[in-house]
Amino acid sequence: MAADLDRCTGCGACVTACHAENNISTVGADQAARGRAKHWIRVERYWEGEFPDVQLKFRPVMCQQCDNAPCEPVCPTYASHHTPDGLNAQVYNRCIGTRYCANACPYNVRFFDFFNPSWDKPLHLQLNPDVSLREVGVMEKCTFCVQRIKSAQIQAKAEDRKLADGEVQPSCAQACPAKALVFGDLDDPESAVSRLTRSPRGSKLLEDVGTRPNVAYLSRQTEV
Amino acid sequence: MSALASRRITDDLVRPLTRTSWRFYLLVALFGGIVATAATAWLSQAYFGFGVTGIRWPVYWGFYVTSFVFWIGISHAGTLISAILRLVNAGWRRPVTRCAEVITVFALMIGALFPIIHLGRPWLAFWLFPYPSERLIWPNFRSPLVWDFFAINTYLTGSVLFLLLPMIPDFAVVRDRSTGLRHRVYKALALGWRGTPRQWHRLESAMHIMAIAILPVAVSVHTIVSFDFSMAPVPMWQSTIFGPYFVAGAIFSGIAALIIAMAVLRRFLHLQDYLLPLHFENLGKLLLVMALLWGYFVFNERLVTYYGNGPAEMAVFWRTQRESFAPLYWTMVICNFVAPLVLMGIRRLRTITGTVIASLGVIVGMWLERFLIIVPSLGHKYLPNSYGIYRPQPVEIIVAFSTFAAMALLYVLFAKFVPIISIWELKSGPQTPASGVADASHGAVSTAVRGAQP
Repeated sequence: MAADLDRCTGCGACVTACHAENNISTVGADQAARGRAKHWIRVERYWEGEFPDVQLKFRPVMCQQCDNAPCEPVCPTYASHHTPDGLNAQVYNRCIGTRYCANACPYNVRFFDFFNPSWDKPLHLQLNPDVSLREVGVMEKCTFCVQRIKSAQIQAKAEDRKLADGEVQPSCAQACPAKALVFGDLDDPESAVSRLTRSPRGSKLLEDVGTRPNVAYLSRQTEV
Repeated sequence: MSALASRRITDDLVRPLTRTSWRFYLLVALFGGIVATAATAWLSQAYFGFGVTGIRWPVYWGFYVTSFVFWIGISHAGTLISAILRLVNAGWRRPVTRCAEVITVFALMIGALFPIIHLGRPWLAFWLFPYPSERLIWPNFRSPLVWDFFAINTYLTGSVLFLLLPMIPDFAVVRDRSTGLRHRVYKALALGWRGTPRQWHRLESAMHIMAIAILPVAVSVHTIVSFDFSMAPVPMWQSTIFGPYFVAGAIFSGIAALIIAMAVLRRFLHLQDYLLPLHFENLGKLLLVMALLWGYFVFNERLVTYYGNGPAEMAVFWRTQRESFAPLYWTMVICNFVAPLVLMGIRRLRTITGTVIASLGVIVGMWLERFLIIVPSLGHKYLPNSYGIYRPQPVEIIVAFSTFAAMALLYVLFAKFVPIISIWELKSGPQTPASGVADASHGAVSTAVRGAQP
């Protein structure tokens, strides 16, 4: 995935779309204030400079699907593991809730289910049947909408063709009105996301930690 | 040693087993009540959801993991210290070793509960165990938590053996001095001990092997516990010094726990003639050495971070050094370094009271040390947008601090059923020179044991 910070307006559509797509339970204002909100993707907001000369910056942060993910080796039960596709998968049913993966994650993009899931009415009527619900005591995180990737792969295989670039869109990228989020196959050097990743504006988040993340951030052009 | 003195030792040390005062029941009820409260609190956490604790995004470890590291640290009281003292044949160890070994076993049992207490789904804790499941899924052997499982189990097994071996002759003493049900129980526990030279020889060799084998295990346990932290890319966790730093801290807190336990036993079981000021002074010197070592490690850790000047590390560094965690940090430094240095450095203050005060400080300080390693780092991890503040909630506070009651409860019960000072070791002569102790002890004790038979 690539995120063009020049395009991101910080509207939060990606966060809402992600909640709807992935059956992320809402916890209410009280629990959210206690740090129990689960936003698989969040828009980080930073103010730079002194008033009145301030600049507002946004950065959408989701699981970076690291190649060298610190969350994977620490999990004692293989709940957090690497798929052949290169995704960091989280097997909810295998998770026993040591929360070690979340501590090891430098991006803080893993979320713990402190209670059994519940939704304010009528949100409970719009659950996505393709995504499993998570019970209390397990860890959950961004999957790059693996349910969409898998169904598109199955569809393409049934039609005996290759997946086209841009055919799969995670809900955040689909919802982004500014088209700041671009998703695709990094193994294909001609895909849109590969080209953006190679851009001179591109960089990785916390690259020096050594996680080899798979999300490229394109810096704002005013700064280049 | 005269037969009279030998008989008096036996009488004094077996008395707590045979006579029970109302205070024993009061203590058991008190500590048992606290432990029952904590168990209820934990069950409520399992029932209502983990959200009743103060754990939050991004501080996913708090009081529970602090308690885990703390108690595994305390467990170094015993086996390690008593193994070292046995190997160097320090004569003054004799009344101390069993008090110490018991702390090890109980602290390990308490500490090993916390990885289960802190699980999101504790009912699935058995997935941490390497058992041949029908789905052929093994635990992830790359995970430091699985290393913990093996390290702690090895240490627990070793410590239990190390504790049980020298108890056999004492069980025989109790067996020979009791009747009825108690006689039958201790007869089974004594494993047919008759005090023959052959049996003594086997016991001595077994204990020698265990003393040597337990040392690397003890060192490895806390090193592996430190790996829980140093293997994760978290600011101020990823440090090469954590292994020895944790081991030093563990021995440090272990000695403090031992001093406190000994002082309490001395007072309540009237063991003034056996636990002498000399023992406290010697342990006080050990405490002083460990305080200096601990101070060195903390200074080293802080200095290296400061010179490295990594932005993420420095955020955590200043947070503990002079921001929100500074009061706790400086309390820790005073409790763990300044106070022991003053109290144990000045000979006049190295009394029983002095060592106990210093030890209480060290217990507080070492608990804070573990807390200050875990929480400030997790709350201040790289991206400023995801900083968070941890506030412990009643459930965690109750469970974390009830462990002290659990320790006291186990200790009270143990002292009721087993002579808390090794009778035969004490008889083998506290003042005998290092050489020839083994030979002298065999004769004296086997006579004493035989002499005690009805």
